[in-house]
Amino acid sequence: MKAFNIYLAGVGGQGIGLLSEILLRGADHAGLKVKGVDTHGLAQRGGVVVSQLRLGSRVYSPLIFQNEADLVVALEHHEALRGTNAALKDGGTLIYYNTAWQPLEVRLNLAEPVGGALISKECQKRNIREISVFKADLKDARMQNIVLLANIDKYSLIPGVKKEHYIQAMDDLLQGRLLETNIELFEKERK
Amino acid sequence: MKTLGEILLEENSFSDIVMGNTALVRAMIESHTRVVTSYPGSPTPEIAEAIKAIPKEKRPFYFEFSTNEKVATEVAYGAAVNGHLSTVFFKSVGLNVAADTFVQLSLMNIIGGMVVVLGDDPGANSSQNEQDNRHYACLSYMPVFEPASPAEVYTFYKEAANLSIEMGMPIILRLTTHVCHAKEKVKFQNWAPKTLDETPRFDVKNGPYIPIAADVFPMKRFSLQRLETMKNYADRSPLNRVVDYGNKNLGIITMGLPFLSVMDVLEKTKEKPDILKLGVVYPIPAKVIKAFLETHREVKIIEELDNFIEKEIKLLAYDNHLSTKIIGKIDIEDWIGEYTPDKVYEVLKKTWADLLPARKRLGDNIFEVPNRPAQMCPGCGHRSAFHAIKKAIKDTDITVADIGCHTLGFLPPYQVGELMMCMGASTAIGSGLSLFNDTHKVIAFLGDSTFFHAGLPGIINALFNKHNLTLILMENGTTAMTGHQDHAASGKNFNEPTDIIPLSRTLEGFGVKHIYETDTYQQSKLTEMVRKAVEINEFSVVIAKHPCMLKFSREQRRKPGYQQRKVDIDQQKCKRFYECIEEFACPTFTRTDDQRVKINPDLCIGDGSCLQTCQAQAITPPQIR
Repeated sequence: MKAFNIYLAGVGGQGIGLLSEILLRGADHAGLKVKGVDTHGLAQRGGVVVSQLRLGSRVYSPLIFQNEADLVVALEHHEALRGTNAALKDGGTLIYYNTAWQPLEVRLNLAEPVGGALISKECQKRNIREISVFKADLKDARMQNIVLLANIDKYSLIPGVKKEHYIQAMDDLLQGRLLETNIELFEKERK
Repeated sequence: MKTLGEILLEENSFSDIVMGNTALVRAMIESHTRVVTSYPGSPTPEIAEAIKAIPKEKRPFYFEFSTNEKVATEVAYGAAVNGHLSTVFFKSVGLNVAADTFVQLSLMNIIGGMVVVLGDDPGANSSQNEQDNRHYACLSYMPVFEPASPAEVYTFYKEAANLSIEMGMPIILRLTTHVCHAKEKVKFQNWAPKTLDETPRFDVKNGPYIPIAADVFPMKRFSLQRLETMKNYADRSPLNRVVDYGNKNLGIITMGLPFLSVMDVLEKTKEKPDILKLGVVYPIPAKVIKAFLETHREVKIIEELDNFIEKEIKLLAYDNHLSTKIIGKIDIEDWIGEYTPDKVYEVLKKTWADLLPARKRLGDNIFEVPNRPAQMCPGCGHRSAFHAIKKAIKDTDITVADIGCHTLGFLPPYQVGELMMCMGASTAIGSGLSLFNDTHKVIAFLGDSTFFHAGLPGIINALFNKHNLTLILMENGTTAMTGHQDHAASGKNFNEPTDIIPLSRTLEGFGVKHIYETDTYQQSKLTEMVRKAVEINEFSVVIAKHPCMLKFSREQRRKPGYQQRKVDIDQQKCKRFYECIEEFACPTFTRTDDQRVKINPDLCIGDGSCLQTCQAQAITPPQIR
């Protein structure tokens, strides 16, 4: 299998670690060889958090070459565009959660915010498929990652990885009520 | 779901996807390591998180977070000369703290065996430099093994542990950030718990253990003789390997994570240079390298950070009259940053331009997304502290930061903290700044974990030598930046409850005459206290305390029936002073297109510390919304 590279980006506290771990284990359950690496430490305090996943039999480093990601998954606007610029290949796919966690300079009125319209414009320039995801009545913001996961499955964005693999992965990582609510949300949003 | 603790204690052989740091813990278990110590620092804290996942009563070894890296090294050494296989781990710059003890280790007959695990940080992802700790190995005659992946972390540790027991010498396992944090499927061997012999085996006859006077030279000789033995080991070590493409012309010598980057880069090329991948990087496997040089016309050395191996290899080639063209670092850029696949592509391109295909680069018309530096969390007591302290100090005052979450105060809009060096350095640097200086008041900052780690000597010096400065202790009850490890004033250690060593009474005991203390949410009180403390013309301390709110709110959320409260902004009352968003600057405050201020409900934790920043009283108290 040709390498398939996934670049996940968000802000510390948005739950990128769990999403990445589900994708990693989902790929493993699908019988794919997979490597990954997450940001830990200082950056997690409200900074940019990145997770990289590489699927395929001829993959060595967990780190992706610049602009060689096939898929960028982002948890908010600014990181969606930053991730697209840094990692996504021309003609790749961006899926992002339609919300904004404003960076410092935007809050201080020193820079323009990034919104959905700007993301679309930038994606069009590079022939990037853009999927924006949002769920209005979500009880807990920390479940936005599962809404993204459901849509990754719905659009079959990761070749070879199917619904049952993602569920197996969730089962590896969660238990009890948390597992039930996450699977319930996943099932509902993937339809 | 199987817990990480259950996975780590699995007795049958199994495979699982793990991080390098987790693979290390399984290796410790299989090697029957007995004592493990550390001080928290990225990229290594997840080693302790994996240890914590094993319930204390089932943990097959003793673990502690010690007060600092030097103490951790001493505890591990003490246990090892008593016959217990021990391991100490810490981050790159932690070795500077441990160095005084560390450099002596190889002089000693460490009968139980001792592995020193270093988490180096090429790319300075979470460190103040990217120092190359292989130099310390050279300085202290200690072997270094360097794995490239989680699977290698596991096998290399086991090899290091066995060899260390056999030789009675310390061995360094050098990890780097993205080896610690890389994840892949690793096959683990079976393991059976065994009752370990608890007999204290320390015996002076195994020594000498006192390196003074007549014993210094024999001990140095002993150490160097063991290093000679390790040279032979290096040549037959299973940790080195060759990737043979049958290329008689070009070869690459590399190690660690850069090896994986090389492999990825070569996926793009038609011609593939042979690769010698070193697992033992000190002492170098001279015969293996010599054979590789002899069978290639040009050899490129791809090594992250400094030219440590390059010098060794060039010496080897000189001594052996080899005519192989050896290409090391080409310019300064080769010394800087992590050797990611992109970086290795650039490094190789400079060497063998024809080997690599051109890569497409994005054009210039890319929208520049505003930076997102790390921030203090919503509700962070340090934010209230900096907001209050800023009102008490003059522009001409000099503020000295230290290591910890409070370092982030140097960023806009607070900009408190104009110098920073390393753990615990702030008070003594402040003392130096106060000399010949009657006009610019000096204010130093220090976190509570750092107070115990390396802060005490600077404080005692300020008293002993009568320095005139103010120290602000930013007490949040935990080691927050590295993931909430307990410290001596937390009330518990890694394993059990302990008595708190209170900061204020410690300072009183030292004889600090002027101590002020308040919760940082009482902002005007804190402003007033700092004003008073700075006015005093001798050493004064302000303890600005508030529990870490990231830790606190996580604990709250786990309680049954917990409901999240949040503040809101009454748009009728808002006068657009913007103090909340531009000066207090909690990330919860968001700017709308029409320049109103809104709350980001995903971020607000309902602490209400922002209420006092609004003169118009437009922020409504936290409620369930």
